[in-house]
Amino acid sequence: MTVAQTIVTLSGLVLSAAIAWYFWLSEKKGVKVALAGAVQEANIIVKGGYTPDVIVVQAGKPVRLNFTRQETASCSEMVLFPDFNKSAKLPTGETVSIEFTPQQPGEYGFQCQMGMLRGKLIVE
Amino acid sequence: MVKDPVCGMEIEDKDAVASHSYEGRTYYFCSRACEEQFLEKPEFYVAKSAKPVGSLTTGYNPDLPGPVHAEMPITGLTCPTCVVTIEKSLQAVPGVQQAMVNFANQTAFVTYDPDVANLENLTGAIKDAGYWVGSAKTRLGIVDLHCASCVTRIEEALKGTHGVLDASVNVGTQEAYIEYLPAVTKLADLQAAIESVGYQTRPAPSEELADKEAEAREQEYRSLFNRFLFAAVIAVPVVATAYPQFVPILRDLPMGALRLIWGVMGLLTLPVLLWSGSGFFRGAWAAFKHRAADMNTLIAVGTAAAWLYSSMAVLAPGIFPKGTAEPFYDVVAVVIALVVLGQALELRAKGRTSEAIKKLMGLQAKTARVMRNGQEIDIPVEEVLVGDIVLVRPGEKVPVDGVITEGSSAVDESMVTGESIPVEKGVGDEVIGATINKTGSFRFRATKVGKDTALAQIVKMVQEAQGSKAPIARLADQVSGYFVPTVMILAVLTFVIWFDFGPQPALIYALVASVTVLIIACPCALGLATPMSLMVGIGKGAENGILIRGGEALQAAQALDAIVLDKTGTITKGKPELTDVIARSDQGELLRLAASVEKASEHPLAAAIVEGAKAQGLDLPDPQDFQAVPGYGVMATVEGQRVLLGNRRLMAREGVDIAPLLTQTEVLEAEGKTVMFVATADGDRPSAAGLIAVADTVKEDSAKAIAALKRLGLEVVMITGDNRRTAEAIARQVGVERVLAEVLPEDKAQNVRLLQVEGKKVGMVGDGINDAPALAQADVGFAIGTGTDIAIEASDITLIRGSLLGVATAIEVSKATMSNIKQNLFGALIYNILGVPVAAGVLYPFFGVLLSPIIAGAAMAFSSVTVVTNANRLRGFKPAV
Repeated sequence: MTVAQTIVTLSGLVLSAAIAWYFWLSEKKGVKVALAGAVQEANIIVKGGYTPDVIVVQAGKPVRLNFTRQETASCSEMVLFPDFNKSAKLPTGETVSIEFTPQQPGEYGFQCQMGMLRGKLIVE
Repeated sequence: MVKDPVCGMEIEDKDAVASHSYEGRTYYFCSRACEEQFLEKPEFYVAKSAKPVGSLTTGYNPDLPGPVHAEMPITGLTCPTCVVTIEKSLQAVPGVQQAMVNFANQTAFVTYDPDVANLENLTGAIKDAGYWVGSAKTRLGIVDLHCASCVTRIEEALKGTHGVLDASVNVGTQEAYIEYLPAVTKLADLQAAIESVGYQTRPAPSEELADKEAEAREQEYRSLFNRFLFAAVIAVPVVATAYPQFVPILRDLPMGALRLIWGVMGLLTLPVLLWSGSGFFRGAWAAFKHRAADMNTLIAVGTAAAWLYSSMAVLAPGIFPKGTAEPFYDVVAVVIALVVLGQALELRAKGRTSEAIKKLMGLQAKTARVMRNGQEIDIPVEEVLVGDIVLVRPGEKVPVDGVITEGSSAVDESMVTGESIPVEKGVGDEVIGATINKTGSFRFRATKVGKDTALAQIVKMVQEAQGSKAPIARLADQVSGYFVPTVMILAVLTFVIWFDFGPQPALIYALVASVTVLIIACPCALGLATPMSLMVGIGKGAENGILIRGGEALQAAQALDAIVLDKTGTITKGKPELTDVIARSDQGELLRLAASVEKASEHPLAAAIVEGAKAQGLDLPDPQDFQAVPGYGVMATVEGQRVLLGNRRLMAREGVDIAPLLTQTEVLEAEGKTVMFVATADGDRPSAAGLIAVADTVKEDSAKAIAALKRLGLEVVMITGDNRRTAEAIARQVGVERVLAEVLPEDKAQNVRLLQVEGKKVGMVGDGINDAPALAQADVGFAIGTGTDIAIEASDITLIRGSLLGVATAIEVSKATMSNIKQNLFGALIYNILGVPVAAGVLYPFFGVLLSPIIAGAAMAFSSVTVVTNANRLRGFKPAV
């Protein structure tokens, strides 16, 4: 193996590991929002992902999430809460609210229709 | 809690950034900016925060002493005890003198001092209690709104209008968004308020949601198409110079001149990359920040790598091994052109997938003619209140749901129920919003408005269902999270392997192969496969009067083996008629007694007897001590006489000898009639007095529907609480072989379970109210709805039209949609599973085949277009029956 080959091989392996680490293994530092009050309300910006993407709420109280999509990429045009059978279309630039009352504590995902963008709703 | 007088935000006084004293009061601020604004013009903000601004237009004057009265409709009020919660919450608001909530009207009546409290406080208090104020929301366009500072003035004017809960003005869209109480204020008042500060109003451009969406789509299509055109035009010279050996003049040029031309091409490709392909880079960056990767990432990395390598090769050919210093600008231009074209085509095709919902939304009437204060006035449909009397003339749309109070007509309900023949309606009949009045004029009382109307619920349910997931998509879903990073790793490894083991020039081969891998992989096709088909399939169902709850219900429906049909109301009309009265003494008297007992009953058979008796002109006294025994019958005291009415089991339980009546009973039952025994008792022991027979006739299309279900390969089972003979007589008429008769209502679910134990996937069809447990037990519950009472909650699939044919159609739609989803998923999976390795060059050692990145770009662009186009094929679905 030449020097060039060795260098390319090693950098390739390091790069692969870096990709795996960055996208899968590293702890996602999602913005956490803990909500309290009779109606738990949060504003979420949709742009290449959900900001914040981790939302902590309390069980048994109504939750209102206001989504504002700030991009035109069609990937994010729907947001789904499969566990609550809720979904909404997010026209670019408009704020769309999703309301429901989670009864059981647990972690529930929300996502775009293709599952590329994901967020988490933690019910305590 | 204190309120920032500038921005209105509620903050804790100890958390305030700053505070100032002005005219003896202390004001708290959430930020320095608010503080500065306040100090500039304190009198303006003090006035604003102290009391509501008066309105020139509505006559509402806050300076006038005395309390103000407001009625606020409340939504979400389900239990009478909640009333107290809301009342307490309202009374706690400073300035509220009296608060009373009426459960029956779902309305809060509040008297408050407008100097201290305002509607916003009251709404807040109701929301804090966990309920909503039933307000109307509207948008008004404002002509020539350009200065941002005018926004505040218009907002103030609107908020100062009595009855307005909230108002916000957007300079960008030139629209005011207003939330108001339609009982207190009218649209005209809002317009007047805006005009009072010197602006003209017009209907908001975004009023038509569907149109706006189509417009946005069109705009994006144009933008994508322009980007494609630009990339395509640049691609022509770029491709020509990339292969100088094939182009007459270029092939004779010396290397130096060629390099110069390449350099120019590199510069030309830069705007292609950064403008035509800007979406990929923006998307990739946004996703990268969220530690996610998508299709944009792949295209962005692939094209950027090709461009950077090419530019290095042109600028510093010396650093590359001999023969590898060649540019790939053609890859950049052509791939971006193709993928952008693909996106544009996909957008076009996608626009058609949501056609069904657009049609539904477009059905809503815009205005309604209602009676207010004895006058007919035309108002926007959003302002119609429950209880309003609405007038409808021939040819007009029924604006909201309601009950006819005067007049009669034929109404075309096809848009909601799928039933093509107009339905005759008279006083007391329900009318559905968005249907068309054909012949006569009538007045009706609005019972459901706004988001409670049948149409709004249908739209909402269809929208939610279209966005739901089918279990089959779970695999694709799980894959998509790992897909893109995996492809990136594969691209890196491809590079390494070609570089280490590939033929010379290894660097070129390595780069081409890894860029091809990045470009060919298409996560979009995988991700689009299910949602697109679901969208079309569920929309198609809605067009045929079938509401499918979501992907899960759809997938279960196409896999059913057996279908259980509730007899009453499903196979039959559900409205039995009195057919025979056989008495041991006086027929009229027997019917009179029986009908009197049944007056108190809610059983459908009861209504038939009562109606039959009334038709004979009998006068029915009210029964006493009424008692219903589910599955047995009813008993009551009529004019001091104890009357029992029920089946054999009731008679057996009460020790009544019915032997003398049995011959006639058998004859009637063989005819499929339901026979009820009547026993009377003056003293303690009841004795048989006669019998009453009612028959529930079969719906015209039931036999046809059952035949269709059998053709779909389903075992059809009938379930009923009636006795075996009645059940079998009906079953014979419609062609059902398996009958579960004499099943008590609470045992229906158990019977469904027994069928499931046989290893079958069971669908249950019922009316959604009595059959709710059985519907829930079944793998798929079909609720047959009529009119506005759509039992959406209980069922997986709701048939708006009361016909069994809908069940067959629902299963057909599900089957068609599922096979479409499978084709899409299969196609997308195979495409990626085959495409990525071929791009990486696995075929090269054997056949010498290596894909060009340009071919990969074309394949990638058209794979997602293919998925959407295939989904669109479903639009041609037509029910077989």
